[in-house]
Amino acid sequence: MTQGNGSALDTKGRGITEASGGVATLERADFVSDQEVRWCPGCGDYAILAAVQSIMPELGIPREKIVFVSGIGCSSRFPYYMDTYGVHGIHGRAPAIATGIATARPDLQVWVVTGDGDGLSIGGNHFIHALRRNVNLKILLFNNQIYGLTKGQYSPTSEQGKVTKSTPFGSVEQPFNPVSLALGAEATFVARTLDVERKHLPEVLRSAAAHRGSAFIEIYQNCNIFNDGAFLALTSKDGRSKNRIYLEHGAPVRFGDNNAKGVRMDRSGRLEIVDVADVGVEGLLVHDATREDPSLAFALARLAAGPTMPTPLGVFRQVKRPVYGDGMEQQLRSAAAEQGPGDLGALLSSGDTWTVT
Amino acid sequence: MSGQIAPPEQAGTDRQEVPHVVVRFAGDSGDGMQLTGDRFTSVSAAFGNDLSTMPDFPAEIRAPAGTLAGVSAFQIHFSDHDILTPGDEPGVLVAMNPAALKANIKDVMRGGMLILNSDSFDERNLDKAGYAADPLGDGSLDDYQLCKIPMTSMTMDAVKPTGVGKKEAERSKNMFALGVLSWMYSRPVEPTIEYLEKKFATKPALAAANVAALKAGHAFGETAELSAFEVKPASLAPGVYRRITGNQALAFGLIAASVQAQLPLFLGSYPITPASDILHELSRYKNFGVRTLQAEDEIAAIGMALGAAFSGHLGVTTSSGPGLDLKAETLGLAVSLELPLIVVNIQRGGPSTGLPTKTEQADLLHAMYGRHGEAPLPIVSSYSPSSCFWAAIEAARIAVKYMTPVILLSDGFIANGAEPWLIPKLADLPDISTSFASQPNAGEDYWPYLRDDDTLARPWAIPGTPGLEHRIGGLEKADVTGNISYDPENHQLMTELRAAKIKGIEEDIAPLEVEGPDDARVLVLGWGGTYGQIGEACGRLNAGGHRVARAHLRHLNPLPKNTEGVLRRFNKIVVPELNMGQLSRLIQAEFLIEVISINQVKGLPFRAAELEERLKELI
Ligand code: SF4
Repeated sequence: MTQGNGSALDTKGRGITEASGGVATLERADFVSDQEVRWCPGCGDYAILAAVQSIMPELGIPREKIVFVSGIGCSSRFPYYMDTYGVHGIHGRAPAIATGIATARPDLQVWVVTGDGDGLSIGGNHFIHALRRNVNLKILLFNNQIYGLTKGQYSPTSEQGKVTKSTPFGSVEQPFNPVSLALGAEATFVARTLDVERKHLPEVLRSAAAHRGSAFIEIYQNCNIFNDGAFLALTSKDGRSKNRIYLEHGAPVRFGDNNAKGVRMDRSGRLEIVDVADVGVEGLLVHDATREDPSLAFALARLAAGPTMPTPLGVFRQVKRPVYGDGMEQQLRSAAAEQGPGDLGALLSSGDTWTVT
Repeated sequence: MSGQIAPPEQAGTDRQEVPHVVVRFAGDSGDGMQLTGDRFTSVSAAFGNDLSTMPDFPAEIRAPAGTLAGVSAFQIHFSDHDILTPGDEPGVLVAMNPAALKANIKDVMRGGMLILNSDSFDERNLDKAGYAADPLGDGSLDDYQLCKIPMTSMTMDAVKPTGVGKKEAERSKNMFALGVLSWMYSRPVEPTIEYLEKKFATKPALAAANVAALKAGHAFGETAELSAFEVKPASLAPGVYRRITGNQALAFGLIAASVQAQLPLFLGSYPITPASDILHELSRYKNFGVRTLQAEDEIAAIGMALGAAFSGHLGVTTSSGPGLDLKAETLGLAVSLELPLIVVNIQRGGPSTGLPTKTEQADLLHAMYGRHGEAPLPIVSSYSPSSCFWAAIEAARIAVKYMTPVILLSDGFIANGAEPWLIPKLADLPDISTSFASQPNAGEDYWPYLRDDDTLARPWAIPGTPGLEHRIGGLEKADVTGNISYDPENHQLMTELRAAKIKGIEEDIAPLEVEGPDDARVLVLGWGGTYGQIGEACGRLNAGGHRVARAHLRHLNPLPKNTEGVLRRFNKIVVPELNMGQLSRLIQAEFLIEVISINQVKGLPFRAAELEERLKELI
């Protein structure tokens, strides 16, 4: 059997045995495919693509070991623009396809690119189960709070009252909060950032890439065609300083002009926004992303009902838990060690046999 | 155990020799009838009989005890000659309670023997089974040989010295029944004693109770001088045999395919009756590098298998009808991605939840056409328990050689049925290995849809291979380069190429074989699990002076190349199917040849005798 240079699929199924290729110094351009990018001019997706391409060379992973998997929607065109391996799947199923890739081949780094409709509506089940299993996947959810590719229907993250083509009288549905959903699904890495964040976005991407297990990032992404300005409260000149709450591990949660505002826990255990002048820095909540118990991260995720008010950005939670694929590999290795490698002849003649002469 | 078992010494008994017997064990689902049947089968197999078995479970795990809904049965047909089916009509029915009698009596041969646990025929149980009067006293069973044995009380007496509780003692009565049958058919009890001691190794009292019950049943048969029979070993082809069920054979076939293809096996599956046993079986063989993933749903299961296929594994998903509905969209993606994938459908009665534990062949057209768009794919079918082994290897061979998803159709009857299996020699397994792309195929570039001239298969370049990075997806692809294309001419071309690739497989599969007299003018054409019954019906017709030929399809898409030629040699084509005429429709549409359908959808296999009658009317 011929195989790819430097990689050898072990026929007994223990996966790739050898690292392939050299990690010659790659550049951003090495990750840009020859396909013309076809998002609407001004779409937030461009900035996210640029950020992802820019951090790729820093990861020290050869291109052939990277796979981008997506579903259906505007964001899901992403794999075509990355010069890596890629699968443009079907609506909502990217986490399932990616789970197959990541568990078959633990040597690969697998990224999932999805949107609020793809990941949280039609693919909601796969999304929560991938997080629960802690499959080694980096999941980027481009949340634009609208269906773009089907031309403007409300999505599971659209706010109540949203008027769209399919809700001419306003949406009567409660939206998902993707970060709290991910936390509820036992995710080990949960973060949020913004498409226009030139520094913060790559930083969060780097942390996610370094995380072993499922890393989930919600990226607020402006759809300038069907939902322009959905995140204005965070992106306008005024809103930027007023409403972005940057979470920093180990630091008190402060924000606003001159860091004058902060978050503290009141006596009932609820988080509230306070003036630092009133409570002092000592009275503020100190962010601990590594806390085993996710309840504080959850409370932070619920601080804002939507991105129209002071909203936390950054890494909410980052904890270590066994990675799904590692557990599976471990079982394969110990079975082979204890029982010896599979012997087909012995398998077929296992159990009660008899001889006819 | 290995080697042939000699019949136990039973001096002084005149044993009547019979060529074959059909026994059905029936009781409450808690009565252990499957185990009893299984043990009887195992011993009969080791004794050298040919055999075929058919379990019949209720859909509920534990329906109320004593009711018709809770009856579980196991049928075994064993013989001194080659047999094809588990038998139409049991000659012997073992019924542990009135409900078991009521649910099964209609199938028993007139004049057959009823072995009844008379202790259970009390008012309460008769009432629960819906008997207005006690059938043991009202003459309604006069057509049968009645053998009433107080099995419960005799078991209780026999196991008393072992000191087990009342409940455990009572539950050993299935072994008493097995003991009785073992005596009647001169089956040795030692292998079962060995089995029980191993099974209950940590509970010696329980082992002792079951052994005591078994021995008591055997001794009862002898002292009560029940009729005794002998079914001599069958003259099977020489070699080493084992007993195998369809699902087990299918699991072994997938492992063999993985070894022969030199590809690690990856199973994504969601539990569903009657396919779950394949998931259970494959989950055990981690030392073969088999990765099994119990997915969150049917869609995820096939998605994971497809992801694994993209990564260079032998991707498999196993399910049954309702699961196949859910997998349809991903199957379409696999057709578009042109990746090897094996999708197993253990068919059951439909529509919807239908008859989960009963058999049917009604998913053929679903397999053919159950996807949107033009999405052809190969369909392979098994036709007996052991043929599932070969069907799995064949499905894998086609999948990797032609870079295509393949549907493997089996059914509940084959899946749970068992038969002796001549264990194949490893040297007889086909080499189905393939190669991954390792070099650019277009100058510096790699074109994922540059096809092989011969097979029209595209190359398989797996992640980890430097220089072959590429993106594929469900959008229509430009011929050769695989880039997204909305060009009208290209879509026409790609549709035709995908169809031609599948059609071309007809050059590479075994031709349709015809069995029967050369001058037969009638052909019975079948597929799938009806193989045994059709064979038996045709055999009897020919023995009775009729002239009928039969052929059985193992590839449903594409059909073997000689199919039309074969069909045109006959004046009349009869197609019996456990559906409302699906193969009939395919054949008529494909060849414009008129066929006569025989259809049945009762959740049960055909009865060979009924089929024989229907065929007789038609010829
Ligand atoms: S519709 Fe919206 S999300 Fe889609 S590409 Fe255009 S701007 Fe971007």
